[in-house]
Amino acid sequence: MAHIDLPEGLPGIRGPMAFRPETAKPLNEFAEILLRSDNSLSRADREMIGTYVSYLNDCFFCQNAHGGLAQHYMKCDMPFIDNVKANPEAAPIPEKLKALLAIAGSVQKGGKHVTQAQVDRAKSLGATDIEIHDTVLISAAFCMFNRYVDGLGTSAPQDRMFYVNRAPARAEEGYANYNPYS
Amino acid sequence: MAHIAVEEGVPGIRSLALFRPETGVHLYELAQVLLREPSPLTPAERELIATHVSARNNCMFCMSSHAAAARELFNENSNVVDCVIENKPTPLLSDKMKALLNIAGKVQQSGKAVTQKDIDDAKAHGANDRDIHDTVLIAATFSMFNRYVDGLATLTPTDPKEYEPMGKRLATVGYVTPKKASN
Repeated sequence: MAHIDLPEGLPGIRGPMAFRPETAKPLNEFAEILLRSDNSLSRADREMIGTYVSYLNDCFFCQNAHGGLAQHYMKCDMPFIDNVKANPEAAPIPEKLKALLAIAGSVQKGGKHVTQAQVDRAKSLGATDIEIHDTVLISAAFCMFNRYVDGLGTSAPQDRMFYVNRAPARAEEGYANYNPYS
Repeated sequence: MAHIAVEEGVPGIRSLALFRPETGVHLYELAQVLLREPSPLTPAERELIATHVSARNNCMFCMSSHAAAARELFNENSNVVDCVIENKPTPLLSDKMKALLNIAGKVQQSGKAVTQKDIDDAKAHGANDRDIHDTVLIAATFSMFNRYVDGLATLTPTDPKEYEPMGKRLATVGYVTPKKASN
């Protein structure tokens, strides 16, 4: 049971967002820009960063909701996403994305963990300042979302296919028009 | 030096909101709603939670600027801010605020670190669901802001005096997205 009296039947972040629409609005507008707006980083890459950070934070709801979206955008299967989460450096993904995931992993530990060498590596593989900025902010943002979801003790469906099955509709819906009741 | 080419001489999150105004506008709106708009917690109490989390994350810029805002808002009781940063007991802190700061400290570690006992303690001292919601979201939000500011190695003034005008501005006008033209 959640730590506070949330509207019933809404898993994960949906409960807190329905409880407090005033803060849900800027949070969703922020997510829309950060994860979906035109960007040299694909939606797949950005959802993968969010998934990886949520995995490191052990947030079941977020890593599966966003993992489902990453899987949808990448047109891959669940084991592929799980492999990237478990060991990005060994996964069959572009070197630049590996470098960005390394930065995201450091941000998850704490902002000061990001090293000059990590930033230099990403830049040498073609990452722009905006891409590095967005990687840091996506990682930081999921350190917020994960804490919001778990800090209030929300519930999450345990069947991972629940998230995979919902992903196409979620990708269609986007974040700006996110309806916690739907 | 910052990891990316932000405007020189502009500190902390202001430099990032200028670098990427598309996200900056929503982050400032979130801060304004969360820290200033109506809540059972006063703006001073909410700034204190932000200061506590930033101190625990060792984010000098966020801690100093929000501590300055909290000192302004607490007025003659501004000493409570330094007691919280230094972890010293003070009669200026209610049992309810102590319990909420404890929850914020747990959220700073991880959302999963919050226990039923933490919640029960807060409720036993009069915290309602909104108090607890706002505490958790403020702590989560500063877990983001602290990482954003330090993860990009933004400029952090070292002279405490430089934070006083920031605190006055945050206490009086609140969170207004910085714009290049008006700088």
